[in-house]
Order: sequence, then C-alpha cells, then structure tokens
Amino acid sequence: MSPTLFWIFAAITLGFGAATLINRNPVASALSLAVSFLGLAALFTSLSATFIGIVQVLVYAGAVMVLFLFIIMLLDLKAEQRRQVRLSALIGGVVIAGLFASQVVLVLRHFPKGNHEFPPLSLPHPDAVNIGLTLFGHYNLPFQVIGVLILVASIGVVVLSKRELN
Amino acid sequence: MVTLNDYLLVSGLLFSLGFAGVLLRRNILVIFMGLEMMLNAANLSLVAFSRFGVANGLPDYNGQMLVFFVITVAAAEVAVGLAIIVALYRAKQTTHVEDLTSLKF
Repeated sequence: MSPTLFWIFAAITLGFGAATLINRNPVASALSLAVSFLGLAALFTSLSATFIGIVQVLVYAGAVMVLFLFIIMLLDLKAEQRRQVRLSALIGGVVIAGLFASQVVLVLRHFPKGNHEFPPLSLPHPDAVNIGLTLFGHYNLPFQVIGVLILVASIGVVVLSKRELN
Repeated sequence: MVTLNDYLLVSGLLFSLGFAGVLLRRNILVIFMGLEMMLNAANLSLVAFSRFGVANGLPDYNGQMLVFFVITVAAAEVAVGLAIIVALYRAKQTTHVEDLTSLKF
C-alpha cells in the first residue's frame, strides 16, 4: 500500500475517532465512530487481512453501530446535551491520555526492529481459505466455546429486556 | 515506505483517544463507544504484528484468530451492555453517570 493512502486512512480513523469524543450529540458521536471503523477496516485490508477487514465492516460498522444508533434513538437523550464537563475530570482525562500517547511514541522511537518494511507474502490460497483452515482446524474448540458465549449473551439480553424479573 | 511502527503509532493514538473518551465523557453511551475504540486499537496492532511475523510466505494467523475472537466477544458485550443501559434508563430515566450513584456508600 502506498504511504499516501495509509496516512489518509490513518487520518480518517483518528480524526473521526476524535470527533466521537468532541461531539455533544450522541447520534453524531455514533456516526463518527462508524466512519472511524470504516477507516480501520481499510487499514486491515492494507495489511492483507481482507477477511478481518470485511468482518470489521459487517460486524462493527454494520451491526454494532446500528445497535448503538437504535438505542440512542430509543432513549430520548436531548436533555443530556446541556450539561457542563467538570474541569477536574477534563484535566485528568487529557493528562492521563496524553501521558499514555507520549509513552507509546517514546517506546516506538526505541524499537528499531519495527522500522523495517513488511516482508513479502506468497499466499497459495486466498486469505479467507487460510483463515477457515486455521479456525476449523487448530481453533475448533475455542470456536465452539464462542458459539456458547453468544447463545448465553442472547439469552441474557432477552432476560434483561423483560419488564418484570419474576 | 510504511513500517510496523507507523501502524503501532496509529494503534496507540486510537487507544489513547478511546481512553480519553472513557475518562472525559459523562454520557454512558459515549463511554461505551470509547471502550469499543480501545478494543479496535488493540485489534489493529494484533493484525500489524501478524502481518509482520511472516513464516513461509504466510502471515501469522494466530494473531488474526485472536482478532476474530475479540470481535465476536465485543459484539456479545455490546448487546448485553446496551440491554443493561436500557434497563438502567427505565429505572432511573438518565444515562448520565453522575446521576447513577446508588452504589455509592
């Protein structure tokens, strides 16, 4: 992938991620987050992980963000917008997140192994075939356990959504 | 030339953005969105390392499997979390974390 495209998609991911925090309106936040996830899917595709990129678009930008928008519009959240952010929380959040970001930059500057280009790939099959072989071969048991987890989660959602818990 | 460090930098910045969102915002839905952003930042660095650790011309698929499982667990987490938020809103009529103090001693 050309560096120009990489930096464009990185800017989309980070810029709309920042817009998620800055927007006062939750609907605008959710839509910015969806665009940020689309930029992230492009970054996954640039790393030759096409399957993960497609799953990112389907699950995150599709299902999860639609669920978020549905809940935001179900709860009428107009009264929340006028609140003030407390100054101590603002300073604390900015300082801690800034410290973390500067630490990441500092560590990466002293990580010369990562300063090489990615080695070339020679895939005998398409990406999805290799993913499927690994998932149903070596990761078969975790795959079935995750199926049970999703079943339990969906039952839990139904129980939580009932009005009376008797 | 795009290197591994560029991807790790983007991933670290995305993580700190999500972290700042969790600390700064008082709306519980936006806090939840910050959590999702942090999970996705971890996924980006996992995929970047998987692409970097090439053996026999294949990327390290163990990393991409972990990303697959993280995405699945995150989807289940969002479903349960949003159901809890809806139940909370029904009981308290608010999604503002400073109004939710019933566990405070």
